[in-house]
Amino acid sequence: MSDFERSSTARVVPPARPRKLAKVPFVELADGRLQGVVSSGSDIERVYVSSVEAGTYAYACSTNNNRPCGGARGGFCKHIGALITESVLQYGADRVARYLRVDAADAADGEPTAQSLNAAMSATRPAPAESKPAASVFSRFLRHLAYLELAATTAPLPEMHWFPSTRAVA
Amino acid sequence: MRTDLLTAPVDGLDEALAAVDAFDRTLVAGLLRPRPDQAEGLFALADAVAASPLAARVAEAADKAAAGSAGEDHFAALAAARAALLGAAHDAIAARADEITGRTPAEAPAPAGPAEQAPNLLAAARSWLCDLARTGWQGLDHDVVSGSAQIVSAMLPDTGLRRLAALLDGFAAELAASCPGTALDRTPLRRWADLWTRGMILALPGAVPGPGAVTLTGRLLPLGTDLHEHATAAQAQIHAVFEPADGSPPRLVRASVSVPKPDTVLGAGVWQLLRPHMSLLAAAAEGLSMDLTDMPATTDGDLVWQDEHARPGEPVDPFATARVVLPTAQDPAPAPLDRHPAALARPVFLEGYAAEQDPDTDEITFTLSGQRLPVDTDRLPVAGPLTPDAVTRSTACVGLLRWDDGTFRLQPLAVESTVRKKTVALHAGAWAGGTTDKAGAKAEKAATDAVAVLRERAGRLLRK
Repeated sequence: MSDFERSSTARVVPPARPRKLAKVPFVELADGRLQGVVSSGSDIERVYVSSVEAGTYAYACSTNNNRPCGGARGGFCKHIGALITESVLQYGADRVARYLRVDAADAADGEPTAQSLNAAMSATRPAPAESKPAASVFSRFLRHLAYLELAATTAPLPEMHWFPSTRAVA
Repeated sequence: MRTDLLTAPVDGLDEALAAVDAFDRTLVAGLLRPRPDQAEGLFALADAVAASPLAARVAEAADKAAAGSAGEDHFAALAAARAALLGAAHDAIAARADEITGRTPAEAPAPAGPAEQAPNLLAAARSWLCDLARTGWQGLDHDVVSGSAQIVSAMLPDTGLRRLAALLDGFAAELAASCPGTALDRTPLRRWADLWTRGMILALPGAVPGPGAVTLTGRLLPLGTDLHEHATAAQAQIHAVFEPADGSPPRLVRASVSVPKPDTVLGAGVWQLLRPHMSLLAAAAEGLSMDLTDMPATTDGDLVWQDEHARPGEPVDPFATARVVLPTAQDPAPAPLDRHPAALARPVFLEGYAAEQDPDTDEITFTLSGQRLPVDTDRLPVAGPLTPDAVTRSTACVGLLRWDDGTFRLQPLAVESTVRKKTVALHAGAWAGGTTDKAGAKAEKAATDAVAVLRERAGRLLRK
């Protein structure tokens, strides 16, 4: 067994990188999709729920009230573009490319960027997603926000010794 | 410090860990339809505890699991056997650590009574963990992993369930990021089996001990701050020497504060979330001692901090504490469940070492009287002034002696170095109470903005 296999504190997931949250408060690589929530530029009460499926790049974008996004017809809208950009800031382009299964060879020469990922996926002429994940993504966003409302405790959590802080980045 | 013992073999350790490894490998393909080689791994675990009170239950569980018909009780018995082996490994490593530090450990206290916990949530957690053991790491997919989300969400608001909730939340996030299991190119076998085992045991009714049973009055001298975090939780743990007011011998204690967090709150943002809940964070960062009056504590060395039982005391340099008081302090005996090598963290003070950094791997080692001690600088919090560079330039170090993957390692908590003939100290937790450092202040501002955005979004969207 290798060191990684025999370590109780092997670092499996690099921590997210800090980014500004104003435009895209929530991004995640989950449920086989890049998905998240993009704040509307014009209406402070409105958010767009956007997603791109791994492998097929099937995309979806609608408001939290289930109105379809006008821009997401025949290709990625600007909300999906913003989602890709912010996911690259948060997780690093390599991890996003690996998760979405965008072949590095499809991307431009060298390191993938948000732009090259967007271009490589768009070039395959992805179709709109058949499933509408907006409700589940939005509920995951609310669950994520609810973490800020949870109480702190000064009772020790010995289990956290398995989760040392780390300087490694994605 | 007996540095010559750092690399000396520990009797029986390899054999115990071989049985653990054999079991851990059975979880790769899962125990739904085990193959003959998986049965061997199960029997190796059962054989290793054959002379213990667990013998009969584990032997039966191994048989059932090898036949692919293990139920929840059988998985619990296998988890208990694995935890017992690692408990024994911990005891041997801890005894070695005592020889190295030259300190005397306290007698193990009587175990505290069990905490009250919601039985239905514990049952749901056990059921998910059994599914996981059947599926195996290679069978991981989003459906299996997402089964934990509802359980964790239901547990998190109850601070009495926080240990299990924080564990499962961090574990599930790693599993989710590793889906599909068929595409895994390497698997953290011991780590995931540790987390699975611990989850299984914490989810047994009555496993988690109840709250603090004693109160402490006296002077608290902080040594340093250890930070733990996964994507959605963080804990700061301050190691300190406690001098009882009644004149009894000084002893080592820990004070902890933890909080769930969104994964986009990072670095300085973590200190911001923790800061309001424990005045000791800022006091330790400012180099102050604290005077405790009737502070609640457990019998195994953990304070259960309440600000109203503490007030700031005199400034006391942690390096003075480490040089003078630490060698005379007694280490607490851990609670039975916390006997695992990964939870071992013995405060130590080192000086007179040669620090060197491997140019290829960047790994740092301290050499003391010819013995090499690896230094785990990856653990240094990013929101703090103590960097790997500062560690390589240091002349003295307060740290935690830890053990992982067969080796003792040093986790630095603070270092002293000589800058223009003056001694300068840098502490990992120096920014816990806030900072005037230029880079630190910038990180604080960015973190404040991130939390403000999330709170604004939560205020608008959450309660509709």
